[in-house]
Amino acid sequence: MDISTTTTVPADTATSANCIPQALLHLHAVDYHAGNRHILNKVNLHLQQGQILTLIGPNGAGKTTLVKIALGLLTPTSGTVNRSANLRIGYMPQKLQVETTLPLSVERFLQLAPRAVPADIAGALLEVGAAHVRHSRLQSLSGGEMQRVLLARALLGKPDLLVLDEPTQGVDLKGQADLYSLITRLRDSHNCGVLMVSHDLHLVMSATDEVICLNQHVCCHGHPEQVGNDPAYLELFGQAGARAMAVYTHHHYHEHTLAGEVVAEHVHDDSCQHEHAPHVLANPQLRGKDGQ
Amino acid sequence: MTDFLLRAVVAGLLLALVAGPLGCFIVWRRMAYFGDTLSHSALLGIALGLLLNLNMQLTVIFICCLVALLLVLMETRKSLATDTLLGILAHSSLAVGLVLLSFTKTQIDLQAYLFGDLLTVTNGELLWLLGGCALVMVVLLSNWNALLSFTVQPELAQVEGLNVARLRVLLMLIIAVVVAVAMKIVGVLLITSLLIIPAATARLFARSPEQMAFGASLSGCMAVAGGLTASWFWDTPTGPSIVVVAAVLFAVSALLKGRQ
Repeated sequence: MDISTTTTVPADTATSANCIPQALLHLHAVDYHAGNRHILNKVNLHLQQGQILTLIGPNGAGKTTLVKIALGLLTPTSGTVNRSANLRIGYMPQKLQVETTLPLSVERFLQLAPRAVPADIAGALLEVGAAHVRHSRLQSLSGGEMQRVLLARALLGKPDLLVLDEPTQGVDLKGQADLYSLITRLRDSHNCGVLMVSHDLHLVMSATDEVICLNQHVCCHGHPEQVGNDPAYLELFGQAGARAMAVYTHHHYHEHTLAGEVVAEHVHDDSCQHEHAPHVLANPQLRGKDGQ
Repeated sequence: MTDFLLRAVVAGLLLALVAGPLGCFIVWRRMAYFGDTLSHSALLGIALGLLLNLNMQLTVIFICCLVALLLVLMETRKSLATDTLLGILAHSSLAVGLVLLSFTKTQIDLQAYLFGDLLTVTNGELLWLLGGCALVMVVLLSNWNALLSFTVQPELAQVEGLNVARLRVLLMLIIAVVVAVAMKIVGVLLITSLLIIPAATARLFARSPEQMAFGASLSGCMAVAGGLTASWFWDTPTGPSIVVVAAVLFAVSALLKGRQ
């Protein structure tokens, strides 16, 4: 367990790893208005130590707003936000656009973290697999390297909670899978909670414990498989989302048209016998898994 | 005879020293237009000081700080068309200042306020400059890492425990103070250039923020020395000469850098 026994840590967090997981973050009935736009509506969120919680939802669903409320960067219009006492948060912003006029190396960037010492910086870079870019210019990094450096900065504060806003932005597909498994490893080694925003449930699937599907309000939540089959999820993500789910879990609880679109209105029961041939034709990449 | 030249050299170098690191932040945060607006409003301070018979230097500092706070408000509300509003604020405050000046009985050398008159700097003005520059330098150095972190990513800085709202106000206020005390040296129309051009020159060679700040101070000092020399030998206006040398330094550096 990584939580150090400084005087600021309450007694119940400084116990061994096999104790009851501590609640890190609790949001209750959070509303947020910007002008006359209703961005969040009665959102509840509960996150425990060692748990990975993923927020998914379409653009404009309020994911980033919710993250900012959790971080304390925004104050909700109504509702309550409880963070555990002396919670140390490691934050990875959605993107880091450093002005090209600012000459900044990765090392100098990491030194900006409060109380960062050289040994910690080297360790954090090693942990996220970015030791080789230590002396590179921040603006010269690839998408994947940049995200890893941002993760390293988040780790420097020895966080109890990692908050990651679209951690795989600007990263290719292979790199995305690598990043998600890195996040899972970090959760295990630091025993911290993780709250992250993602667009792609299909990639987060194996990396997350719980999913909240957000579209201003909580459409559905639960384990990733559960959410992937929820009518609310299918309605929100339609064809693309359903296809993505099919790649990974491939539960045909919903019906497809010839084009591969989900027919969400269709009610299923045991008498339903799906013909999968059209589906496979529409999604050739599924053929191997389907075996039909 | 050499007294006024000595004062001019000291004043110019002092200003260039502080303008270096401060100018870097203006470049990094794309605040050039904010600097312009602040300097234009300085003339309003002069006019008010003359009309109401107040201490000139204090009035200018007060007006600049007031406008600085207004700008912080505008900066935080990104939804407004900031550049248009800044343009309106900058030029209307300059115009109001000029109109108000026409009502004053005293004859003032307007040219000196618009383009600076380094060679007539008095001991009193030098003391104000020294005080202002020392204050700004102390604030800059003691908040260096915080200001840098805030510049790179304000939200990350805030989550890490920095008071971002305080830093935003602090930065704008020290720019206001420098503008207010520097007005006599390069004039309201040229202050921003002394903040930005040396920083841009240093950017070409710097590999860290600190190198860039130091290089900006250095190239600013070179511009002051060169401008004063030109002014001395060829009787050119001092303020514009300094800016011309700064611009030449930038152009030559950019050419040299481009060749590599």
